[in-house]
Amino acid sequence: MISAIIFSALFIAGSAFFIVNARKIRRNILLGKSISIRDNRSERFKTMLLVAFGQKKMFSRPIPALLHLFIYAAFVITQIELLEIVFDGVSGHHRAFRESLGGFYTFMVSFIEILSVLAFVATIAFLTRRNILKLARLNKPELNGFPRFDANLILAMEFLLVCFIFMMNGADEVLYSRGESHAMNLGDGSLGFSVSKHLGPMIYGCMPTPGLHIIERIGWWGHIAMVFAFLNYLPFSKHLHILLAFPNTYFSNLKAKGSFKNLFEVTDVVKPNFDPEYQPKLDPNAPVKFGAKDVTDLTWKQLLDAYSCTECGRCTSSCPQNITGKKLSPRKIMMDTRDRLEEVGKNIDKNKGTFVDDGKSLLGDYITAEEIWACNTCNACVQECPVNIDPLAIIMDLRQQLVLEQSSAPAELNGMFSNLENNGAPWQFSPADRGNWIHEN
Amino acid sequence: MSDTLKVPTMAEMMANGETPEILFWVGCSGSFDDRAKKITKAIVRILNHVGIKFAVLGAEESCTGDPAKRAGNEFLFQMQAFQNISILNGYQVKKIVTGCPHCFNTLKNEYPELGGQYEVVHHTQLVQELINQGKLKVQGGEFKGKKIVYHDPCYLGRANDVYEAPREVIQKLDVALTEMKRSRANGLCCGAGGAQMFKEAEKGAKEVNVERAGEALEENPDVIAVGCPFCNTMMTDGVKHFNKEDKTKVLDVAELIATANDL
Repeated sequence: MISAIIFSALFIAGSAFFIVNARKIRRNILLGKSISIRDNRSERFKTMLLVAFGQKKMFSRPIPALLHLFIYAAFVITQIELLEIVFDGVSGHHRAFRESLGGFYTFMVSFIEILSVLAFVATIAFLTRRNILKLARLNKPELNGFPRFDANLILAMEFLLVCFIFMMNGADEVLYSRGESHAMNLGDGSLGFSVSKHLGPMIYGCMPTPGLHIIERIGWWGHIAMVFAFLNYLPFSKHLHILLAFPNTYFSNLKAKGSFKNLFEVTDVVKPNFDPEYQPKLDPNAPVKFGAKDVTDLTWKQLLDAYSCTECGRCTSSCPQNITGKKLSPRKIMMDTRDRLEEVGKNIDKNKGTFVDDGKSLLGDYITAEEIWACNTCNACVQECPVNIDPLAIIMDLRQQLVLEQSSAPAELNGMFSNLENNGAPWQFSPADRGNWIHEN
Repeated sequence: MSDTLKVPTMAEMMANGETPEILFWVGCSGSFDDRAKKITKAIVRILNHVGIKFAVLGAEESCTGDPAKRAGNEFLFQMQAFQNISILNGYQVKKIVTGCPHCFNTLKNEYPELGGQYEVVHHTQLVQELINQGKLKVQGGEFKGKKIVYHDPCYLGRANDVYEAPREVIQKLDVALTEMKRSRANGLCCGAGGAQMFKEAEKGAKEVNVERAGEALEENPDVIAVGCPFCNTMMTDGVKHFNKEDKTKVLDVAELIATANDL
């Protein structure tokens, strides 16, 4: 009875705290400029199914993809068992679904156990790659400090979670075989779960019954506590991708990657020179700002991108400029965007719902002009991202800000602009000579 | 090789009351850069050989605005775009072939929303089409059996998912086509895109074109085939960096076809 009350309190508090923080993230995302993405629903759904649910893009690198799949599958399937744990916790039962589901129950838990073992192996492999093998893309400077701790903490939580599952099931298996489990005794002598029926007797076989009850409870409570801890850690970590990958792929760009957006703010100014009857597309009285200086100048989709990033670094490891030692790192662009947005969000929380100017901005304080000007716009980062994040769109918005609002393009580019303006070519050639090649030998 | 190129301009065609099947968009590089002009002429030789009725804009052509747009100067881009669109629409152009993936991308993807709607193909796609239709018969010629590695231009490959047309065309030459470690969707940029062609690189360990040319040279090819005049410049410089210009040539797919078949 007491444990049911404690559990219910934990469940309600855990869920409420998560909802509060999830709503903050939603509010932060909606600080972005409003755009409408309502087209091509079936294609969008298909993209989400393939890229987020099916993890299609992960498999361009098969080994990490497979390891990631183990953890992902274990995570998804374990949610089923969680239903029972919550039911048991609130009602005071133990393995309430076992009797009614029968063989299917044994099958499901066995399946979860096998996936948990695979996830355990994957977690160790991931910790090793990150900390011992020191894979280049997982050891770039932008990961120094909290991001590295964050990544290891999540892996440690996953590691512990699996340990708790096998403490729970392993100890219960031994108890059941002794007729001491709180699960309903069906007279079959074993719970029959694929892994714990072997692992349980091996580890706990010679332990006394009272000790096993304690271990089983530590496993059970540890498991559910870890689930709540994990859920509530999500809004503070890079790990939100497990949720946001779905909306982010759904709303991702369906057009050709080379198609950069045209600014209607500019069209409204330029087009009347060519077409006097042109009607402006945007409200002529609205303040016009070109490109993005801070996170609130980006669209909500770009901000969703930032929260969806799990810092895997595939983008950075495929960026031609980063590969050749330049400062530009597409992952850092996404991390900076999220970090600045979090800062803006906290500012709003602190000042009772309104943002008080802090004299900072995404461009300049987080992302430097040097990074922005290095980009080849080659789309390698966009291609690589397993959840369809578009770092290039942010880079382009920042470039537009630098050129159109701050007139601070590199000198050579200003030279190119004036050639283009005067000669219709990026070099200093006379437009009249454009056809000369026809007659040259 | 035919000595005289037949290159009518749109204005000449109109004056004669003729309409071309296709407009050849030459691009700035193809018009002004000495190396790229050779690619332009190779494309013309192919067009002349198959007898397609085509025209160029000549002095009426102007930069598509791609480098301005990628460098963040949307005003300049749209100025160029509307000027070009008014000329193209004035001539009622329906189909365009480009010699440059950057022009190709801008005309194909960014002009429609601004009022310029055309069927746009890259020259490697047109050559593939001509071969498939039987209008262009291709032999390997001097490239037969040679080792060729193809470098994907970003604005043809990733930007527009055109990976196979240039490869299919090269394979018609009866050559040994090999792939770099990073190819197709994983291809590495030559270093020119995003207006980098027009500025010095930021501080770093290496130039991008040296990284990419080094990767291509690992395959020990006779030819690095490209489909973009800017990639051509970058890869040529990269090959020179390794002092391999005597062994490995950098050639456009159009040049391979025109040279092999003595067009």
